[in-house]
Amino acid sequence: MRVIVDGQAVTAERGQTVAAVLMGHGRTSWRITRHGGRPRGLFCGIGVCFDCLVIVNGIPDVRACQRVVVDGDDIRTQYGAELPEAGT
Amino acid sequence: MAYPDVVVVGGGVVGAACAEALTRHGVRVRVCDRGAPAAATTGSGEGNLLVSDKEPGPELNLARASCRRWPRLLAELVDEIGPSLADAEWEPKGGLVVATDETAAAPLLALAERQRVAGVEAVVTTDVRGLEPHLAPSVAAAVHYPEDAQLQPVLATSALLAAVRRRGSEVCAGVEVLGVHRGSRVTSVRTKNGDLPCGAVVNACGPWSGRFAEIAGSSLPVEPRRGLVLVTAPLPPQTVRHKVYDADYVGTVASGSADLVTSAVVESTRSGTVLVGSSRQRVGFHESIEVRVLRALARKALALFPVLRGVPAMRAYGGFRPYTPDHLPVIGADPAVPGLWHATGHEGAGIGLAPATGQLVAELMTGAEPHVDPAPFRVDRPALQGRALECA
Amino acid sequence: MTVLVVGAGPAGIHAASSAAGVGADVVLVDSASRPGGQYHRQPSDAPRTGALAVVDHPRVKWMPETWVWAVERTDQGFRLHAQVGPADAPGRPCIALDGEALVLAMGAYDRVLPFPGWDLPGVYTAGAAQAMAKGQRVAVGRNVVVSGTGPFLLPVAESLLGVGARVRGVLEAGSPVRWALQPWLLRGSLGKIGELAHYAKVLSTGKVPYRTRSAVVAAHGADRVESVTVARLNHDWTVASGSEQQVEVDAVAVGYGFTPQLELAIALGCRIQRALDDSDVVVVGRDQATSVPGVFAAGEITAVAGADAAAAEGVLAGLSAAQSIGSSIVDKQVSLIRRKVLRKRDFARALAAVHPVRSGWQSWLVDTTLVCRCEEVSLSAVRSAVVERGAAGMRALKLLCRVGLGPCQGRICGRNVAELTGLPDIPKRPIASPIRLGDLASEPDGSGG
Repeated sequence: MRVIVDGQAVTAERGQTVAAVLMGHGRTSWRITRHGGRPRGLFCGIGVCFDCLVIVNGIPDVRACQRVVVDGDDIRTQYGAELPEAGT
Repeated sequence: MAYPDVVVVGGGVVGAACAEALTRHGVRVRVCDRGAPAAATTGSGEGNLLVSDKEPGPELNLARASCRRWPRLLAELVDEIGPSLADAEWEPKGGLVVATDETAAAPLLALAERQRVAGVEAVVTTDVRGLEPHLAPSVAAAVHYPEDAQLQPVLATSALLAAVRRRGSEVCAGVEVLGVHRGSRVTSVRTKNGDLPCGAVVNACGPWSGRFAEIAGSSLPVEPRRGLVLVTAPLPPQTVRHKVYDADYVGTVASGSADLVTSAVVESTRSGTVLVGSSRQRVGFHESIEVRVLRALARKALALFPVLRGVPAMRAYGGFRPYTPDHLPVIGADPAVPGLWHATGHEGAGIGLAPATGQLVAELMTGAEPHVDPAPFRVDRPALQGRALECA
Repeated sequence: MTVLVVGAGPAGIHAASSAAGVGADVVLVDSASRPGGQYHRQPSDAPRTGALAVVDHPRVKWMPETWVWAVERTDQGFRLHAQVGPADAPGRPCIALDGEALVLAMGAYDRVLPFPGWDLPGVYTAGAAQAMAKGQRVAVGRNVVVSGTGPFLLPVAESLLGVGARVRGVLEAGSPVRWALQPWLLRGSLGKIGELAHYAKVLSTGKVPYRTRSAVVAAHGADRVESVTVARLNHDWTVASGSEQQVEVDAVAVGYGFTPQLELAIALGCRIQRALDDSDVVVVGRDQATSVPGVFAAGEITAVAGADAAAAEGVLAGLSAAQSIGSSIVDKQVSLIRRKVLRKRDFARALAAVHPVRSGWQSWLVDTTLVCRCEEVSLSAVRSAVVERGAAGMRALKLLCRVGLGPCQGRICGRNVAELTGLPDIPKRPIASPIRLGDLASEPDGSGG
């Protein structure tokens, strides 16, 4: 299956988490902190730390380590605090 | 010493404001908190400084005096304790009260008119989306109150207490006052560390002040009124710009019902989270957090701000407000026990009313001219008499 | 009459299995799409064998991808409020699950001690490294160092090797040579010696150095980990001066024991106590009953002791829960399991005695080191809240400097902050998992309180 990562189409496998897809494609970070502007990615890997938050299909604050991808998911870097896209 | 030493019982914002005002008048105080200062009612507060929700009358006068006092007080503290300690996230952001349907519009506009006559800036606005871009489009009427403000209650309390310490008085955490010794008047208080001689005791125990009044040999019909707040994940700055609340909030505050009443109160904090209140329930000191209350808060908040629909609630917390039957605080000396003073019963308005309360206590205690009329807040007022102490 | 079981790790699946085995109806919920928890984590296409087959039991209603966000007591028992569907997606159905007895088996997550650079991408919890390797077949780095304390570091290194990572070393901060010097600590857990021998072989085959009294005390890099400082530790875990070495790595996996997930237990009012490893755990009696009638607890939330202990406790908790709602059970069966549970608890005690976290870790931090990752609160900000603003309690501290108030709600930093400041903290998190306001508003009426 294919998903979109920051505008680029990439391949993904069934059962993979968003974090696994991103790391499999060489990404180590996909969130920018809201105070220090620092990059963050996976940390606890089991849904506890909320460091790996990412935008999926217009919705921010999705834990990349917990969310399993589906075909066509639109995955975007989360810059600080963001609002959900209108209409989602 | 020209003035007696005073023990202030309770290190919440009201106790801290009393201690600040007393030390400013040269009185030496000791603040005793059985736990940690600002950790109970104050730590659960949203930091409201509201004139908008008050009918003309004594509480509005106290609120307006307080709203004027807070920024000046914090500015004075900058010189005394430095800018970083005096930072309490003071924001004169203004309030926006919204009637979501026609039936709520008329009472809101009528209240605003009465407030205007009393001197409150209450601006009926048609450009609500200009003030709050994310507000629901279906608004029947809205009134903008520029005097409403916000601060962070724990920061504010710690700033007051820092000044108290700087002036040579003491703040003691983890010291519960277990009893009050008196002859013809208060002579000392009893703590686990022994007796502490003093000339006066200020009961600033918030929801627990009914209990303390009893310990001190008096009685006070102050009861806990439970409130819950939902906290969202951090949002972009300016998502919610004012203190925005539903016009039915005023009725909720004024209600004496023991049952659950909720009303939407939505505001952002400097940290980016949005606080969603408010609920009121008289359930004693029962600490549980009920899902039905959280659900009601979410529904009402979304009616005002549909943009919050996809935003996660990451926390909920509860607190107890000190409730009095006539919704007025109790400020002043207790004629039943000479040397015992009360500064309590502010319900959900303690953060806003604290500085004027502290100032009034200090004025009354030192014989200075009171800056607001103290009579409506007397402990022996008729509305407080003959009430059983239900929840202490 | 239904037994609700929250968590489908070793404790939860065994609780579900034993309760169903004596005739109770069971609802087993877990946020994952597959049973097994962190321990039995497998790729999504692996077959369900052994204990995991409990989800196919006719009296077990298996509810995967079910996120419990709140729990309440009801007149009849307990109600779980949950959402079903993909993680953090809006619009997931809100459901209420009712039961007369409740088994809590939420498990634990890695404790990580902060150090300069621990907020860089490339620093992971040991559990993350393992979850990615076992569940997703992804190596968190090519060149990895494992650092922390406790036997769990060994399977982490093994799983990293299994997905092709080079493991530059396993750094054990403690001195577990005491396993060998004090074999009585292993009494009743002889199987553990075999496990250790297995890992020794794995490490030597993979040419992985195992060093005790050593730790990663800093990570360096611009936007991701490029190298780490590895140091020898004194007995109290302060850095032995002059022992620091730079090592080039692209990932670090860190684990200093575990923190139990107590949200639901605390929300229900179960009694909590401090365990020997300084974690807070649910107090249970000999039948896994908590202080709240009808609520049972099993596994890591009662004391971190590994998967075998969790499974044994799960069996006992499931039987007790079933008995509490009327199932009849055989006493002999119970007494056997009780003995097993007691043995496992001895092991937990031994584990805590051999792998204590020593306070010298606090000296690894510098003023600018973030203590709270979510709100980016530095050590100096926490200190200033205590020293200058007079924070005397955890709640006031949080509101004075925002430590622990971010999205993780102090799950990662809470214990570290408590140790750094000396202020005790029993965190209340009535919203156990975030719920979007639109979903909360759409919860059906009558499903709460």
